[in-house]
Amino acid sequence: MNNRKWVFVKIFAVIAVLSFYRGNAQTENDGIMMKKNQWCNGATYMYSSWDEYWEGTYKRNNQNIGTVTTQSVMFMSNYGISDKLNVLASLPYVWTHASAGTLHGMNGLQDVMVSLKWKAVIFDVAKGKLSLFGVGSFSTPASDYTIDFLPMSIGLGSTDLTGRITADYQKGIFYTTLSGAYVWRSNVKIDRNAYYTTEQHNTNEVEMPDQLNFNLNVGIRKKYLVAEVNVENVTTLGGFDIRKNDMPFVSNRMNATSLGVHAKYTLPFFTHIEVLGGGGYVIAGRNVGQAVMFHAGAYYIFKL
Amino acid sequence: MKKSFLFFSSVVLMLAMAACNKSISDRTANLPPEDPGNLDLTAGSWKTVLLSRPDTFPVAAPAATNSTAYVADLNEIKGYQHTITSDQRNTIRYWAAGGVLRWNEILRGLVAKYNLAPYQNPDGTYPIPSSANPFAYPQFPFANPPYAARAFAYVAAAQYDALVACWYYKTKYNRVAPYKADSSVQPIEVNKTDLPAYPSEAAVLAGVTAEMMKLLFPDEIASIQQKAEEQELATIMSGAAARSDVTAGEALGRQVAQQFIARGRADNASKAVGTPADWENFVTVAMGLGQTPWYSLETPQRPPMLPLFSKVKPFLFDSATVSTFRPGPPPSTNSDQMRQDAEEVYNVIKNPSRDNIRIVQFWADGIGTYTPPGHWNAIAAEDFVLQNYSEVRFARNMALLDMGMMDAAIVCWDIKYYYFNPRPTQLNPLIKTLTGIPNFPSYVSGHSVFSGAASTILGYLLPQNASKYQSMAEEAARSRFVGGIHYRTDCEVGIGVGNSVGEYAVQRAQTDGAN
Repeated sequence: MNNRKWVFVKIFAVIAVLSFYRGNAQTENDGIMMKKNQWCNGATYMYSSWDEYWEGTYKRNNQNIGTVTTQSVMFMSNYGISDKLNVLASLPYVWTHASAGTLHGMNGLQDVMVSLKWKAVIFDVAKGKLSLFGVGSFSTPASDYTIDFLPMSIGLGSTDLTGRITADYQKGIFYTTLSGAYVWRSNVKIDRNAYYTTEQHNTNEVEMPDQLNFNLNVGIRKKYLVAEVNVENVTTLGGFDIRKNDMPFVSNRMNATSLGVHAKYTLPFFTHIEVLGGGGYVIAGRNVGQAVMFHAGAYYIFKL
Repeated sequence: MKKSFLFFSSVVLMLAMAACNKSISDRTANLPPEDPGNLDLTAGSWKTVLLSRPDTFPVAAPAATNSTAYVADLNEIKGYQHTITSDQRNTIRYWAAGGVLRWNEILRGLVAKYNLAPYQNPDGTYPIPSSANPFAYPQFPFANPPYAARAFAYVAAAQYDALVACWYYKTKYNRVAPYKADSSVQPIEVNKTDLPAYPSEAAVLAGVTAEMMKLLFPDEIASIQQKAEEQELATIMSGAAARSDVTAGEALGRQVAQQFIARGRADNASKAVGTPADWENFVTVAMGLGQTPWYSLETPQRPPMLPLFSKVKPFLFDSATVSTFRPGPPPSTNSDQMRQDAEEVYNVIKNPSRDNIRIVQFWADGIGTYTPPGHWNAIAAEDFVLQNYSEVRFARNMALLDMGMMDAAIVCWDIKYYYFNPRPTQLNPLIKTLTGIPNFPSYVSGHSVFSGAASTILGYLLPQNASKYQSMAEEAARSRFVGGIHYRTDCEVGIGVGNSVGEYAVQRAQTDGAN
């Protein structure tokens, strides 16, 4: 189930706007793959809310939106093509809501994502095991949701290709995971045919800056229990700041660093089922909300 | 090994995609140079807006094309053309698509840049932008829809009057363009025409527009001056104008602008914000009539937007005419009809269709955008480009449109504050909206009045597109209803009011000598 992580990364990056879940706080960076023909299916509920956000670098609240809440239910599937190659797919349904002001909440299917995860090599290092992974992901909107109504939009609408490299080191029950990804994001089209960034554009196409994503996870990994703390960073390679009292926009420079915890437990008496949960908090950001986040889910694993 | 090959090739593919060019370009980025079908050589006699005569400002006779002074001008051009770079060619091509077009685009960008409502003070009051201190926060101006409508109108009308004067002198002096005077001067990135070059129309536009910034966007005087110099240098390098054509043109443009600036300083716009006593008075009057008065739905509550904009002096009729456009009142706020109207909004907004969301977004033109008048300027400019107009006709048509929309703003604001009618959400807080609720009363819809006026004027100027403009206007009006920020009546009545205002621009167009 190590691969659920990538799914969460995607949710993080996409909801990132001002609403923003970070599921990378997942523990899945454990270097354990689905075995050949093993299939895992499940759902995770995610909740994120914020009432303060960064307008550029200026942190503020906004009584005309109050607290913005994003909830989602994400279906996920992970199949072991081989012990070293897994394929994953996920699809979230997202709801947004603002507690104050008049802006209408949005909901809908967000982005479908398919990933291939490959466990490339394993080394014995200092009586521990060091594993290296490569992951490639593709995601694209699963519905024609509006992207130009931030912070109420459910996503940013770009089609993304993500390349990720992960190193996982385990010694005894302790492990550390370090992971980095480059997210290539396609340009997007909005419903308007003109918009202002730092200059006027007379087109409906918006240039989307790419993103970098890093996470560091430290924890314990036992037979039934995995528990960790983590830190994650998303950095947008370009984009522009929200101007004072302006609306957010899809191509803003959205950066965030968050701290989180996560745990996963396999039922010892029925090991087909895993339950998981965790939370996180954004400690630094730019053009994003300072979100507090929770998630909980359950997965069913069986051999095909 | 096969797998590693696959993996690494996908990494390479991703890096390649990362490097690939995502740059975007505007719809008007690669237009051909203008190629007027009609040079409008009689435009010097067209009816001006403020100038009492086309020669109100004298322009001295130019030197002859065989004079030493003019030969020096030609040598300057040859020097530029000798070493011209591709960047310089691009700049020439940009301006050669049309000076009125480019300045209109630049102005739309300025409106979007300055269309931000001030952030509140710590005590919950709001600071008011001050033209006396334009660089301090909140920057002056807050280019909201009425301000924008007025800015577009002043720039367009000033450009038009300046070009009428320009054309007057062009035909009076009849000095040819450098590329006609000397066969070794090439037309670069421009079409060769028989339009006399003195004074240069590009420089007239540069001068008049740069000067107008002193009234409208004082923070941008420096940046617009750079654009003006760029346009002037481009027309010289292109071989279309000599230095002396440009010098005379810029001076003429700046002088014409002074008349518009003087009008603008006295047109009551500076008083449109009103005072707390004015704001309170609207409430008192509405309550005296037994009506629920409008209040701001922002937190903290923001004073109403430019409540005295109705007192601004119109271009197309006198101030006494403004109130004659007032339609009958909306349903009483206590009536069953009003409750039903709010219920209708609630029902349409409850589960919005994707297509309704699209319409709302397309026409929203809210904070940080070029506003509804800017949107109609974009629609007009992109259609005018296809008509191969001369600069003076392009300017005339933009001026008709923009004077019409400014007067529409005045009329609409008069109606809004006369009735001081609450927004649907004020009467039914369950109504959530698909765009921000503008901070002024509901009846009648500003988008609808602007669009009604614009579609009437554009439909007259380009009759082949009249039904297109009408359906666009109807969609723009409807977008405010399905977006949850207006009752249906606000939109339907608003279009009619806009049509009536637009007719004044049509009347002017029929008698201005340009047909």
